[in-house]
Formats: sequence, structure tokens, C-alpha cells
Amino acid sequence: MKLTLVTGLTGLLLLGTIVELLRRRQLREKYGMLWLAVLVVVIPLSLFPRLLDNVAELLGVASGVSLVLFLGIVFLLLVCVHLSWEVSALEEETRTLAEDFALLRAEIDADRAARDELVSTDG
Amino acid sequence: MVNGKRTLIIIPALNESGSIADVVGEVRGELPGVDVLVVDDGSTDRTAAVATAAGATVAKLPYNLGVGGAMRLGYRYARDHNYDVAIQIDADGQHDPRYVPKLVDLLDDNDLVIGARFAGEGDYTVRGPRRWAMVMLSAVLSRVAHTKLTDTTSGFRAANRRVIDMFATWYPAEYLGDTVETLVHTARRGYRIRQVPVAMRKRMAGTPSHSPARAMIYLGRAFAVLTLALIRR
Ligand SMILES: Nc1nc2c(ncn2[C@@H]2O[C@H](COP(=O)(O)OP(=O)(O)OP(=O)(O)O)[C@@H](O)[C@H]2O)c(=O)[nH]1
Ligand SMILES: [Mg+2]
Repeated sequence: MKLTLVTGLTGLLLLGTIVELLRRRQLREKYGMLWLAVLVVVIPLSLFPRLLDNVAELLGVASGVSLVLFLGIVFLLLVCVHLSWEVSALEEETRTLAEDFALLRAEIDADRAARDELVSTDG
Repeated sequence: MVNGKRTLIIIPALNESGSIADVVGEVRGELPGVDVLVVDDGSTDRTAAVATAAGATVAKLPYNLGVGGAMRLGYRYARDHNYDVAIQIDADGQHDPRYVPKLVDLLDDNDLVIGARFAGEGDYTVRGPRRWAMVMLSAVLSRVAHTKLTDTTSGFRAANRRVIDMFATWYPAEYLGDTVETLVHTARRGYRIRQVPVAMRKRMAGTPSHSPARAMIYLGRAFAVLTLALIRR
């Protein structure tokens, strides 16, 4: 009973945090939706840990709790992979930005040099 | 100038080299004295070059930011160059620039004016889940904005200075955020929104961004975005 209370409260706390972050626009929609979906699965499980026992039996896993642990680890791994993918995309984007910036600076410098040239030949 | 107001037409474009020249040409022909800004959102075709040749100012983004990202750039440009009115028009030729003076007229008493299909003019129709999504969005957003809105995802909108200032600093880049969320946000802050019936034409060239297969996903996302927009501050 005590355990259910602890896990249930943890789940609700997480839910509250995510909803609040979304409300304050600190979390992009796509990530917010992902975590909300996870919580929709996790909260009932935290209240009724035996919920998955049938599924576990079907898959040949000894208990629902180990199944949850297994699925949790797989899910976290997937999240890590996804984040690496996002970071790679971001790195590619900053690289493009840096190039654009350097090209712009080169153009401005060339313009300025040309103008200075004109001024010195005039004067 | 449209009705004595300095007006900027903002056209977000992604791979629209087939239609952008005609659209820019038509806008400049129908509305002499307006400025046209094409925001090229990382197109892989010749959109930027074609638009420049047609007489538009082109802002070229280094990579794709989506319609919302392109539009915030457009509104920033409008704010920094002191325009009275900024009008968003699609690059595919579906919006008829002859409606622009009508939109601008209504800005005297409103802050954001939307050119809406399904409001009497024209015969544009949509079916299936995409239609259900539109009906749901219209019903909810009409209540939030205290005005009848039948086409909440329309990309044909006119904004006055107050709204330009707001959109220049806040404009979501997320899918559907650029239409649905901006409406909720604008209405919540007490700005007046109005719609004007417009006839919608067939796109001139290129491919539409929505396929029928994605209609169901569209419905789900529309629901999610709307819920989120309503609980957000
Ligand atoms: N900046 C930018 N513009 C885009 C992007 N995707 C589409 N657009 C532009 O947004 C406008 C509307 O796109 P459409 O594909 O016609 O979408 P729609 O009008 O809602 O759908 P249809 O009824 O199928 O034409 C066009 O001017 C496109 O060029 C994008 O990723 N970035
Ligand atoms: Mg279109």
C-alpha cells in the first residue's frame, strides 16, 4: 500500500511538471506530447503494478514488474538515440549558420575594402 | 500603399519556383505600391532566384524552419521597416490578391483579418477527417475569438501594427501552431479578429503539402495543438 502511494505520487508529480512546462512554453510540443503519452501508461501502472501480469505471462516473463523494467530500459535507450539524432541535426544547422555568417562577413569586408580603395584614390 | 497604409506582402515559399513568379507578378500588378517579401525556406529549387527576378525582396533562410519560422522573419522585417500592415499570402497562387484591399479596410476596426474559404464565396471543399478537424477548430476558435471563424488554418491574413509587433517576437514554428495557436494567443490578448469570405483558387504548380493519407494524423494533431493552445498562457 505504501509503495503504491509513493509510485503514484511520483507519477502525478511528473505529470504536473510536464503540463506546467508545456503551459509555460518551456517544452516544445513534440517532446511534451511524448512525455504525456508515457505518463498515461506509467500512472495506471504505478497505481496498479499487477496490471501487466497477464501480458507478462503471455510473453514468458516471470512478473509484470520485470516486464515494466525491461520496457522502461528499451524506451530510455530509444529516447537517447532520438536525442543524439536531434543533436546531430542541430550541429549540422549551426554549421550551416556559421558558414552563412562567414560568407556574409567576407562580402561585407570585400565591400568595405572596395569603398576604402575608392576613397583613397579620390582623396 | 493600400488605402493610405504602408503595406508589406509576406509570401512564405518552399519549392514553389513553378508559381512564385506569377504570384509576385500578380500581387505587384493588382496592388501597385506594395512591397513584397518572399521568405524562401531552404528551397532546393530556384524559388529565390525566380522571386528576385519577379521583383520581390527575398529573404533566404539557410535551412527549413517551417511556415511559422518563415512568418516570424516576415513580421520582424515588417516591424523593423515600419510597415502599417503585413499580409501573408501563399506562394502557390491559391489566394487572390484582389481581396487584399478588402482585408486592409477591415483592419480599421480589427487587429487581425483572415481571408476565409467556406464562408460563402468560391467552391473549395474538403472531406473526411480533414473536414472534421476544420469543423472542430472553427467551433472552438470562434468561441475563443468571439467572432465567426470558418477557416482557421487559412494562410491568408492581414495584421496591423499591434499584431505585427506581437508576431515579430512571438510566433510558433510548430506544425499548426502558426495558424491555430496564433489565433488563440491573439484572441486571448484582447485583439479583435475578423474573417472575410474569399474564393480560393487551385494551386498553380508544385505539390500540396497535405496528402489524404495524412488527414487522420492531421485530425489528431489538430486536437492536440488546440488543447495545448487552450491550456497555455
Ligand atoms: N516557409 C515555408 N513555407 C512553406 C513550407 N511548406 C509549405 N510552405 C508554403 O506555405 C504555403 C501553403 O502551402 P500549401 O502546401 O499550399 O498548403 P495549403 O494551402 O494549406 O494546402 P493545399 O490546400 O493542399 O494547397 C505555400 O506558399 C507553400 O509554399 C515550409 O516548410 N516553409
Ligand atoms: Mg495551398
